[in-house]
Amino acid sequence: MRILRQPGIVVSVVIVLFTLAVMLWPSLFATHDPYEGVAVDRLQGPNGTYFFGTDNLGRDLYSRVVHGAFLSLASAGAAVLVGVVVGAVVGLLSGFVGGRFDFVVMRFVDVLIAVPSILLALIVVAGLGFGPWSVALGVGLGATGSFTRIMRSQVVRVRNEEYVEAARTLGVRWPSILFSHILPNSARPVVAYAALELGTAILAVSALSFLGFGAQPPEPEWGSLVSAGRDFVSTAWWLSVIPGIVILVIVLAVNRLARAIGENR
Amino acid sequence: MTDNLLTVTGLAVDYTSRTGTTHAVRGVDFAVPRGAIVAIVGESGSGKSTISQSLVRSLADGGTIVAGSIEFDGRDLVRLPERALRDIRGAEIGFVPQDPSNSLNPLLRVGEQIAETLRLHKKLSRADAAAEAVRILDEVGIPDAAARAGQYPHELSGGMKQRVLIGIAWACTPKLVIADEPTSALDVTVQRHVLDRLELLAREHGTSVLLVTHDLAVAADRADQIIVMQRGLVVETGTAAEVLGSPKHEYTRELVAAAPGLSSERLAARAVAVASDTLTLGFVPRDAAVAPNILEVEHLTKTFVLKSGGVATSFTAADDVSFEIPRGSTFSIVGESGSGKTTTARMVARITTADSGSIRFDGDDITTRSGDALRQLRRRIQVVYQNPFGSLDPTMSVTRIVTEPLRAFRVGTRTQRTETARALLDAVRLDPDLAERRPTQLSGGQRQRVAIARALALGPELLVLDEPVSALDVSVQEQILQLLVDLQAEFGLSYLFISHDLGVIRQVSDHIAVMRLGRMIEQGPARIVMGSPTEPYTRELLDAIPGRRRA
Repeated sequence: MRILRQPGIVVSVVIVLFTLAVMLWPSLFATHDPYEGVAVDRLQGPNGTYFFGTDNLGRDLYSRVVHGAFLSLASAGAAVLVGVVVGAVVGLLSGFVGGRFDFVVMRFVDVLIAVPSILLALIVVAGLGFGPWSVALGVGLGATGSFTRIMRSQVVRVRNEEYVEAARTLGVRWPSILFSHILPNSARPVVAYAALELGTAILAVSALSFLGFGAQPPEPEWGSLVSAGRDFVSTAWWLSVIPGIVILVIVLAVNRLARAIGENR
Repeated sequence: MTDNLLTVTGLAVDYTSRTGTTHAVRGVDFAVPRGAIVAIVGESGSGKSTISQSLVRSLADGGTIVAGSIEFDGRDLVRLPERALRDIRGAEIGFVPQDPSNSLNPLLRVGEQIAETLRLHKKLSRADAAAEAVRILDEVGIPDAAARAGQYPHELSGGMKQRVLIGIAWACTPKLVIADEPTSALDVTVQRHVLDRLELLAREHGTSVLLVTHDLAVAADRADQIIVMQRGLVVETGTAAEVLGSPKHEYTRELVAAAPGLSSERLAARAVAVASDTLTLGFVPRDAAVAPNILEVEHLTKTFVLKSGGVATSFTAADDVSFEIPRGSTFSIVGESGSGKTTTARMVARITTADSGSIRFDGDDITTRSGDALRQLRRRIQVVYQNPFGSLDPTMSVTRIVTEPLRAFRVGTRTQRTETARALLDAVRLDPDLAERRPTQLSGGQRQRVAIARALALGPELLVLDEPVSALDVSVQEQILQLLVDLQAEFGLSYLFISHDLGVIRQVSDHIAVMRLGRMIEQGPARIVMGSPTEPYTRELLDAIPGRRRA
């Protein structure tokens, strides 16, 4: 097996699979209740009972990280999904229709890309109200521009391929050409970029939660866990540092895999 | 001491990549005598280019010489240190590459590119080198050499560029010149002039030449000795007369039989099978009353406007073209690049729209047909493209590709269509086991068969074949041409056949038209055009077919 010769990929696969399991069945992994604290045990450092230590209310940090996985990752996934779907549809139409429509859409995309995506996300959240799902929508819309550009450039390339003209001379109608030839042949770079974008989305979602726009207390979410530990950094470092490390490790693993997908094209 | 300049013994070359090791050359022996022209002939993948690259140790990534020796003028090039080899390349061994357009530095004047070699290897002064470069350009047959020396590569035609490259190869009067497919990218008439020049230089300077080519006819015309390669092995060696006159190896016999320039008859249809109901699923029943001519083209004209730097220049690709195709026959258009033959074919297939003139198909005017009427017309006129690597969607399976026209016209059920696909693959003599493969897993010839099967699916009456075999190896060319002739007899097809190669055209045509600069300058029955052409240009085209010296 060729893949086994690249330990980085193997480790990344293990991390991502484990994280997925944690996200889907948190109660199998959690050791304590994520909401109910034991007041006597508050602000304990990492130890045998509380792997990641406890917070100021005596809640088990490890269990809170485990239960937070779903919100953090699902909203990052939703963000990428929004970006891919909206970007692919707009890019496909823009590249396919061409002409003035294409010009207008692409200038709009230029503007979209020029605005910092975190700011864009903030605007959306401000409009829709706080919460993990509006954060996801905001981050997703922020990523739409890049997806549109990639999709459009692929479509412009593919629509000039000889097999598209050949399909035309076979009597295939345009909508059919769009879905059977242009879409499958354009999708690959978009998929590779989506994988890469997932890491970025996890960071962006965590950042917005850190700022307090995402999940609201006592709901556990990685970004808000880091934020909640801020007040105790000097006395209880683990409260901010450990969720931070978790985010870091997962983003690295996801990015490594995304790169592998991109290379194996 | 022998009079061999180059002796290759037991040469083996491997390519190693992530997917494994390929033995490209597996133990090859041959010799090039001093002053002789030796041709290595083989199809793609035979290892002929690998040999030419290993002689100067410039193999592509992953390539290594794993065994053997290359004795050049008393030195073993396999074991020579890189530094010593650098003095040999260019000075003692010249190299003429395949593609003239990518082999010259676009930022340097051509005279300077020759002078550079002279300064490097002959240590000439700047002024002497420049003067010598002009003399060399003159020698390779470039008119007005002094002025041309000051031009950039993009200002020269393909043939001119290849002459410049020949000039660079000969600049330092090398002992050996390796020419790797020196004319494959050029038009036939240009090809002949370039090869003439190459041969003249070799004879005058007494240079040995190793000519690598896929074209047996070119080798037959130019070489003293021919080496035939197949799958990394030499299968036959001998003088040109021996190899062509009495080929010993079976593969050589196939190649000789397949070389279009060497055989001259129109192919005859072989026994044909009766078309089954499964096969004809998508066919439209034809009306009984039919026009005698399937296609009549009158005064067709197409002008393209080229915009460069704000200046619009117009270019007439097809100028007042008229011809007709009798039902069930093959009408061929021959011409060099830029002659307008492809534009004409594309107008007939209604891919591009004509500026003026008329196209009548089966008696009906189709010049301006559009919308659903045009789509219905597609069932009766189909196109096969030159490049089977580009005309098939790489993401689709063979079955899906072949059934695509059936799906487009909603013919049959899914099961019926799959059965029809099998019948069509059978009709183009393609193994039905390949039905679930993707185009990338097929060879060029197999892909072109898939493209033909797809074109047949709806039972067309006219096939527009735009250089259908130019991208294929010679022996595969022959098979595809035979298939086309057989299918024509089986289904009563009419062909509009486009090619630059009169050798190929001669094998399939009933009528031939010669195009030059957008005009049809001569047309008539194949026998007459080939046998007694009236236009000097047609004669020139005929003379340029390689292989005529010995045919």
